[in-house]
Amino acid sequence: MNIVVCVKYVPDAQSERTFDSDNTTDRVGVDGLLSEIDEYAVEEALKIVEASDGEVTVVTMGPAQAADAVKKALQMGAHKGVHVSDEALHGSDAPATSLVLAEAIRKIGAPDLVITGMASTDGIMSVVPAMLAERLGLPQVTFASELTVEGDTVTIRRDGDVASETIVASLPALVSVTDQINEPRYPSFKGIMAAKKKPVEQWGLADLGVDAGQVGLDAAWTKVTEFAKRPPREKGTIVVDEGDGGTKLAEFLSAQKFL
Amino acid sequence: MSEVLVLVDHADGVVRKSTFELLTLARRLGDPSAVFVGEGGEAAAESLARYGAAKVYVVADPDVTAYLVAPQAEVLAQLVEQVSPAAVLVPASSVGKEVAARLAVKTGSGLITDAVDVRAGGEGVETTQSVFAGSYTVTATVTRGTPIIAVKPNSATPEEASAAGEVVPVEVSISDAAKAARITDTQPKKATGRPELTEAAIVVSGGRGTGGDFGPVEAFADSLGAAVGASRAAVDAGWYPHSNQVGQTGKQVSPQLYVAAGISGAIQHRAGMQTSKTIVAVNKDEEAPIFELVDFGVVGDLFNVLPQATEAVKAAKG
Ligand SMILES: Cc1cc2nc3c(=O)[nH]c(=O)nc-3n(C[C@H](O)[C@H](O)[C@H](O)COP(=O)(O)OP(=O)(O)OC[C@H]3O[C@@H](n4cnc5c(N)ncnc54)[C@H](O)[C@@H]3O)c2cc1C
Ligand SMILES: Nc1ncnc2c1ncn2[C@@H]1O[C@H](COP(=O)(O)O)[C@@H](O)[C@H]1O
Repeated sequence: MNIVVCVKYVPDAQSERTFDSDNTTDRVGVDGLLSEIDEYAVEEALKIVEASDGEVTVVTMGPAQAADAVKKALQMGAHKGVHVSDEALHGSDAPATSLVLAEAIRKIGAPDLVITGMASTDGIMSVVPAMLAERLGLPQVTFASELTVEGDTVTIRRDGDVASETIVASLPALVSVTDQINEPRYPSFKGIMAAKKKPVEQWGLADLGVDAGQVGLDAAWTKVTEFAKRPPREKGTIVVDEGDGGTKLAEFLSAQKFL
Repeated sequence: MSEVLVLVDHADGVVRKSTFELLTLARRLGDPSAVFVGEGGEAAAESLARYGAAKVYVVADPDVTAYLVAPQAEVLAQLVEQVSPAAVLVPASSVGKEVAARLAVKTGSGLITDAVDVRAGGEGVETTQSVFAGSYTVTATVTRGTPIIAVKPNSATPEEASAAGEVVPVEVSISDAAKAARITDTQPKKATGRPELTEAAIVVSGGRGTGGDFGPVEAFADSLGAAVGASRAAVDAGWYPHSNQVGQTGKQVSPQLYVAAGISGAIQHRAGMQTSKTIVAVNKDEEAPIFELVDFGVVGDLFNVLPQATEAVKAAKG
C-alpha cells in the first residue's frame, strides 16, 4: 500500500496572521507550522501502512519554510518527503495548488491512496481535496471520520449536515480526513533522529512540467482587491455572579431586543 | 439579463432558508435560476419562485444523488455550458464547496468560498469574506471563467420577489468516473425541533464546563428559540453530536446572538463563531479568553446562571 499525504505549511493561528502588500497571505513573516488538521492525515496513513505494509510519502507545496511541515511528518514516521517550491508559485490559488499537487502525485508514482486534511487551518476552504480528485480522476471520498481499507476497497463514514453517510470506493482513491478520525502521535526522540536521514526531494515547476504561466498570483482565477483589519470588538460588560448573574444576563438580552 | 445559477440546498425536498438567501443575492447579478437535484423539485418550485427563481432546473436522475459530489459537479458543468450564466452560487456547506471546487476545475473558473456578501462590482462579481478567525475582511473578485461563489448561511435576509418558477426538467449524462464513490448508507440525524445550527438567529453552545450535562444549555436555548452548539471538548467527550460542533473543524456560525457557556474560547472555537453579531459568555474563570470577545459576560457557574436566566427570559416573554 503506497500512500501520498498532502501536508500544508500554514501561519500559526496563535500568532498575528496578516497579508503581504500584494494582498496574499503572509507565509514568510509569521511563524508557521504543519497545518494541525494534516497531522490527522499523516497519522491515518501511518496506521494503514503499519497494519499492512508500504510507504508513506508526504508532499507539500510552499515556500522554503514549508520544509518544516515535511520534517514534522517525517518525524511522525512518514518515509519520504517531497517539497515543491518555486518562485513562480507565490500567490497561487486553490486551482493552481491542486494542479501542482496533482502533477507532483503523478511524478511520485500512482499511489493506492492520496490522503489530505479536510481543510487547511489558514484558508479553511476544503476545496483542494475535491479539486485533486477531479484532476487525478480518482474517486473522491472526503470528510472521513472513520476509514477502513479492505482489499482494494475503501469505506468511510462521513458526518454530513443532515445525515451520517457511508461511502464506498475502489482504490486508488482520494480521501480527506477530519479531526474525528484518530489521535495524531507526537514524534518520538527516535522518530526525530530517524527523520534526519529520510530522503526529501526538492522539485520546482520545471521538474513537474508545469508552465509558470499557469500558477502564481498573476495566473490566479480570483483576485483579492482589498483587505481590512476588523476593528477590535469594543470591550463588553463583564459582571461577576452574586446570585443575580442570570437575571442580569436576561436584562442585557432584553435591552438588546433579543426577547 | 443573464441567468445566475443557484444550487438548491434541501432536506428531502424541503428547501432550506439559505437557498432563499442565495436567490435574494443572485438577483443583484442577474435572473436567478434554481438548480434542484433530487426528488421533489416540482413541489419545491413554488417556494423557489416566490424568492425570485425564473426557472427551476430539476435533475431527478437517481445517479446524481447516489454518488458523492462528482455527479452534481457534472450537472452544473453541463448547465454552465448550456446557459453561460453570469455566476453560480452554491451554499458554503461541505458538499456545496466540494461541488464548487470540481466545477471550478472543470470550467476553468475562479472560485470564492465562504463569502458573506456578493454584489455586482466594477470588475464583475465582487465578494466579501471574513478570514483568519474573523480578524480580517477581504474583498475579492473572480478574474477567469464563470464566477463560482460559495455563500455562507445568514449572509443576507431572504426577500420575496415573485418570478415565474418555470420547471425545466434536465436530462443529464453522468460519466462513469463520477460514479466512483457510492453512498451505501444514510443515517438521518435525529430531529430535535430546534433550528438548524448554521441558519439559527441565536446559538447557545456548551463546552467542557457543562461536565456532560447539557440540560441547562438546552433549556436556555429553548427559552430563546435557539440552536444548540458545542465545543470540540464536549463533542470529543461524547456529550453532544459532532454535527453540533462549532469551530474550525465544525460549523462556522454567524448568528445575531452567540452564547458560550463553559467554553474557554480556544482559537479553533473562535474560528467558528467570532463573526457573530453579539457574543455572550458564562464562565467560572474570569481569565477565560472568551471574555475578550464578549459584549456581555457573566463570571459564574453556568449551573446557577443559565437556569436563572432561563426563568427570567420565560417571564419576560410571558
Ligand atoms: C485540529 C484542531 C481542530 C479543532 N477544532 C475545534 C473546533 O472546531 N471547535 C472547538 O470548539 N474546538 C476545536 N479544537 C479544540 C480547541 O483547541 C479546544 O481544546 C476546545 O475548544 C476546548 O473546549 P472547551 O472550551 O469546551 O474546553 P476547555 O478549554 O476545557 O474550557 C472549559 C471552560 O469551562 C469553564 N467552566 C468549567 N466549569 C464551569 C461551570 N460550572 N460554569 C461555567 N464555566 C465553567 C472553565 O473555566 C473553562 O474556561 C480543535 C483543536 C485542534 C487541534
Ligand atoms: N500547499 C499545499 N501543499 C500540500 N497540501 C495542501 C496544500 N494546500 C492544501 N493542501 C491539502 O489540501 C487540504 C485542504 O486544503 P484547503 O482546500 O486549502 O482547505 C489540506 O488539509 C492539505 O492536505
